[in-house]
Amino acid sequence: MPKAVSEPPAGEKLASSTTAEDAAVTLRAAAKAVQAELKQRSVGATGAGKSVLEATALMAADPMLIKGAVKLITNNGTSAERAIWESAASVAEMLHNLGGYMAERSTDVLDVRSRIVAELRGVPAPGIPAADEPFILVADDLAPADTATLNPAIVLALVTSGGGPQSHTAIIARALGLPAVVAAPGVDDIADGTSIYVDGAAGSITVDPDADQVAAAEAWATTAATLAVFSGEGATADGHLVPLLANVGGAADAVKAAAAGAQGVGLLRTEFCFLDRDEEPTLDEQVTAYRGVFDAFPGKKVVVRTLDAGADKPLPFLTDASEPNPALGVRGYRTDFTSPGVLKRQLAAIATAAEGTEADVWVMAPMISTAEEAADFAAMCREAGLKTPGVMVEVPSAALTSESILGLVDFASLGTNDLTQYAMAADRQLGPLAALNTPWQPAVLRLIQLTVAGSVAEGNNKPVGVCGEAAADPALAVVLVGLGVNTLSMTARALSAVAAVLATVTVPEAQRLAAVALAAPSAVEARARVRAELPILDELGL
Amino acid sequence: MSERTATIASRVGLHARPAAIFAEAVGALDLEVTIALESDPAEDAMDASSILSLMSLGAGNGQVVVLRAEGDGADEALESLVKILETDLDAE
Repeated sequence: MPKAVSEPPAGEKLASSTTAEDAAVTLRAAAKAVQAELKQRSVGATGAGKSVLEATALMAADPMLIKGAVKLITNNGTSAERAIWESAASVAEMLHNLGGYMAERSTDVLDVRSRIVAELRGVPAPGIPAADEPFILVADDLAPADTATLNPAIVLALVTSGGGPQSHTAIIARALGLPAVVAAPGVDDIADGTSIYVDGAAGSITVDPDADQVAAAEAWATTAATLAVFSGEGATADGHLVPLLANVGGAADAVKAAAAGAQGVGLLRTEFCFLDRDEEPTLDEQVTAYRGVFDAFPGKKVVVRTLDAGADKPLPFLTDASEPNPALGVRGYRTDFTSPGVLKRQLAAIATAAEGTEADVWVMAPMISTAEEAADFAAMCREAGLKTPGVMVEVPSAALTSESILGLVDFASLGTNDLTQYAMAADRQLGPLAALNTPWQPAVLRLIQLTVAGSVAEGNNKPVGVCGEAAADPALAVVLVGLGVNTLSMTARALSAVAAVLATVTVPEAQRLAAVALAAPSAVEARARVRAELPILDELGL
Repeated sequence: MSERTATIASRVGLHARPAAIFAEAVGALDLEVTIALESDPAEDAMDASSILSLMSLGAGNGQVVVLRAEGDGADEALESLVKILETDLDAE
């Protein structure tokens, strides 16, 4: 993936050898070229993607945008690159100030701008490359926005030099079922067009693979297809039920998850309703959005996580982008301290949506750090008429005080991605810290064990589930069951793999493997030793 | 100068798909067409072939806009554009 397009220096003027007319001609040609490329892409696209590409294609050669730039070239002697940069900036600002739908299009204008500048510089256009043949994508790291343009029919695997096992790239890869290797320094040096073999399970990349590896890649594709079917009931070999649920981000996800056999929703990320907005969504908008998910799971459990904004999910009307340490800042439940009312209204919307559907709606708050917060949240839920309040355990303090917290709420759900980040004091997005950011770290497993112990001590068997990426790792899922976790919630794609592996171990075996993992001297050893005792993993190519 | 008014029929107003269809239709003509909200003065009229201008116009469902063009075939051209605006393009 090409590097992001850098801003042309402020005040850059035309080169002495270029006249204003020449620059204007070059700019128009570049804009037309970008327009043609986007138009071509739109032909192959469908649905919402198609409309966006068609509209952006028109924007590329839009008279308002180009005339603005040509004016700067002619009147101020500005260089073509700088002129389009500034013209697009003011158009984007104008759209942003209109608010609502128009404001969302301002990012499209900036994307078009990057493409025109790239064309002027003669470098590849930014973003995921378009291609006719399937390819393996190599990048520094991928952003949540890249998921929209990533076509799993064309992209075979993901390789990044940055990121870590719980970064966005890893999440996208899991969601799309793509092999991936992250935090792989040096991959930037692999030339375009080189043949490589990516083994996601082993975490290795081989340049110029041999015939055996080519065969293995083909075999995996067949197994992955057969593994796609989940019977709909998660259980161990000795019949202990382990409900397998799905993590979803909206109604479309929920419908797919239900089709994939998910036994419910273990994590409904409600941010989808709030992201990219200038203001809080209305009660009606929220009710419709949540109902769409509830209606996909009649008679089943749907666990709603209240708004989790902040850190890598900023919301302009709720979180402060100037915080020095966003991961340690006002995020999740804490936004209720600085912006009271939003949470209350969200709970009312959830309650309204829950009436008149047949789903069993549970609600949990993210980033709960103390028993006092848990009590306050439970009170807010009761006031809204929600019967089953719970908390996410992702702040280590909650894991360590789970007994008193569970005395105040009905369930806990471990958010292992952030729990790992906080326990190991390692930013999820930094490549150099990737080795620390794995839930296989013995300290993290210990915190999970302690959370379960708290529930046991509390005496009412209140369920403890896992909804972080850890649940999607079949070998780790066995360890979690061995540690006493009651339910696992994951991307719908992982359901059948996890079910297949769980079905090969009894509860005592799972407990023994959990002990093996806890006793291991390192995360790498823990993973290796557990995997060594699960031959099904090799058989299924997991 | 030929002039026609049209009431925006697209459910969500003149944006994205409807705006793109309209802007492309204007672009295909040989004439320069301007567009303005009925309430705006003629000098503020914008280039109807510019999707960005259309978006900034913010014409919502039910609002009336004025299209202006000059030259051979201006009347017929404006008629066809009015037809586009008065079709609910969101319905596709």
